[in-house]
Amino acid sequence: MASEPLLSVRDLRIAFDGVEVVRGLSFDLHPREVLAIVGESGAGKSLTARALLGMLPHGATATGTVRPDLSAERGRRIALVPQDALSALSPVHPVGDQLAAAVRSVARVPRKEARARAVAALDRVGIPDAARRARAYPHEFSGGMRQRAVIAMATINEPDVLVADEPTTALDEERRDQVLRVLAEQREAVGAALVLVTHDLDVVREHADRALVMYAGRLTELGPADEVLTRPLAPYTAGLLASLPEHARDRRLPTLPGTPPAPGTLPPGCAFAPRCPLAADDCHHEEPEPRPAEGRLTACHHWAELPHPAVELFRDQQHASS
Amino acid sequence: MPLLDVRDLVVRYGTVTAVDHVSFALEPGETLALNGPSGCGKSTTALAVLQIRRPASGEVRFEGQELTTLTEAELRPLRPHMQPVFQDPYGSLSPRHRIRDAVAEPLKVQGRWDTDSGPARVADLLDRVGLDPSYGDRRPHELSGGQCQRAGIARALASDPRLLVLDEPVSALDPSVRAGVLNLLADLQDELGLGYLFICHDRSVVRHFADRVIEMRDGRVSSP
Repeated sequence: MASEPLLSVRDLRIAFDGVEVVRGLSFDLHPREVLAIVGESGAGKSLTARALLGMLPHGATATGTVRPDLSAERGRRIALVPQDALSALSPVHPVGDQLAAAVRSVARVPRKEARARAVAALDRVGIPDAARRARAYPHEFSGGMRQRAVIAMATINEPDVLVADEPTTALDEERRDQVLRVLAEQREAVGAALVLVTHDLDVVREHADRALVMYAGRLTELGPADEVLTRPLAPYTAGLLASLPEHARDRRLPTLPGTPPAPGTLPPGCAFAPRCPLAADDCHHEEPEPRPAEGRLTACHHWAELPHPAVELFRDQQHASS
Repeated sequence: MPLLDVRDLVVRYGTVTAVDHVSFALEPGETLALNGPSGCGKSTTALAVLQIRRPASGEVRFEGQELTTLTEAELRPLRPHMQPVFQDPYGSLSPRHRIRDAVAEPLKVQGRWDTDSGPARVADLLDRVGLDPSYGDRRPHELSGGQCQRAGIARALASDPRLLVLDEPVSALDPSVRAGVLNLLADLQDELGLGYLFICHDRSVVRHFADRVIEMRDGRVSSP
C-alpha cells in the first residue's frame, strides 16, 4: 500500500516475568484498512492488540515501538470494541449516559449536546427508538443490541483506529454477521482502520483486507487476506486452513500434529518446526525472520517448497492429539 | 428400534415455551445435529432428552423405554447410558479434582469402581481419548482447552454410554484443536457404535460431521 501508515509497530516484545509471549513483532496499519490478526489461543494476538491500546494486563512488560503512540488518546483516536458487551458496560448507568460520558471524556461538550450525540450514535447502529432506549440500562438490552451499543460507543468520537478483540466469538452465526455488518458500516462512516483479532477464518475471509498470522508470539505470514487464505505461503497457515471442516475430503479432518509450545519452552530454531512436515535441519537451528515473498511477508525457510494446494501438506497428518 | 425417539417434545420455562412440539429419532451409530441460533431451544432439547429438565409434555424413548414417566430413582440405572459433553471444557470439570479423579468419579458413583482394576481403566480411558495417562495427575487449569475437552469425553465414556449428548462440544476450541476433537468423536463412534445428538451453531462443522441435521428456530423444527 502506498499510503503513509497510520501506525507502525516495530520489534514489539511483551513479556511476563521475563518470559516473552510476543517475540519481536513488526507491522504497519494503513488508514481505513481492516487488518486481521489471526492465530490460536496463546499466539499473542490479543496482547498485541492490547499493546496498541496501552491496555496490557498487570505484570506485562513491553518493549519496542508503536508510532505514533495513540494509547494516550484512547477513546478519541483509538478505541476498543470489546468482546463481552455486558461486562464492558456499567450495569448501574443508562446506556445513553455511558455514551455521553464517552463524548465528554475527550472533549468539552455541553451535557445536552453529548446526550444528543449519544442518541444519534445509538440510532446509527440501528437501535430502534434510540431516544427512549438511551435511558434504558444494559440489562434491558438484548445481547445483539448491547453489542451494537458498544460499537456505537467505540465509534462515537470518530477514532482513526478501532481495535476489536474477538468481537463475535460468543455469538451465533446470524448475530455474528449482524454485528460485523454494523461494525463495518460504522468503521466506514468514521473512516477508521480496524485491527480485528480473531481465530475465525470465515470472519477474516469476509471482512479483512490483510491478514497477519501469528504463531508462538511471532509473525508467520502477513499479506492480502484472500491470498493468505487461498494460497498460504507458511506451513502453519496451511495447517490451520487444512483443519477447517469445509476443506475435509472425508470424515477425518487433517490436523496439526502436536501442540503449540508453551511460552518459555520454545524449541530452538523455528517455533513451528516440531509440528511442520516441511521442517529441515536449518529450521531446527535458525528462527526464520519475516521476508518478502510474492508480495507478502512470510517467516519460513522453505515457503517455496510448499505444495499446491498447500493444505495437501497436512492431508496425511491425521493422528495428532491436541 | 431407534436409540432415541423423541415425539412432540414440549419444554416450558414458566410461561415461555422453549421447545414446542419437537420430534426426531436417532439410530445407533448415527449423528443427528440440532442447529439453530441462540435461544432456538436446541440446548433445552438436549437437557430434556437427558431428563435433566423434565418436559411439560411429549415422549422421550431411549432404547424403547419411555423416560418421561419414570421417577428419578427409576431413571438412575439408565443415566449412565446417556452421557452429556458440554461446551466449556473447564466449566464441566471440577477445578479441584485431578483429571484421574474426574474420570473415575462416574465409576465410583455407579458402584462400579474396583480398587485393583480401576486405575488401569482410567488410564485406558485417557489413552482412548488421546491423552497421555500422566495427564491424570493434573488439574483442569493445567490442561489446554482441547485436552480438557478430551478429559470430559473420557469421563463420559467411563459410564459405557450408548448415547452422547454433545452440546457445542467444539465451539470453544481453536480450529486445529477442534479438528482433533472431531476426529476423536468420529473414531469413538465408529468403534463403539455410539449415537450422537450433536448440538452446534456452526454450520460448516454440522455439515461436515452430522449424518442428518434438524434446524430449529423459536423452539420449533424449521426444517427436518
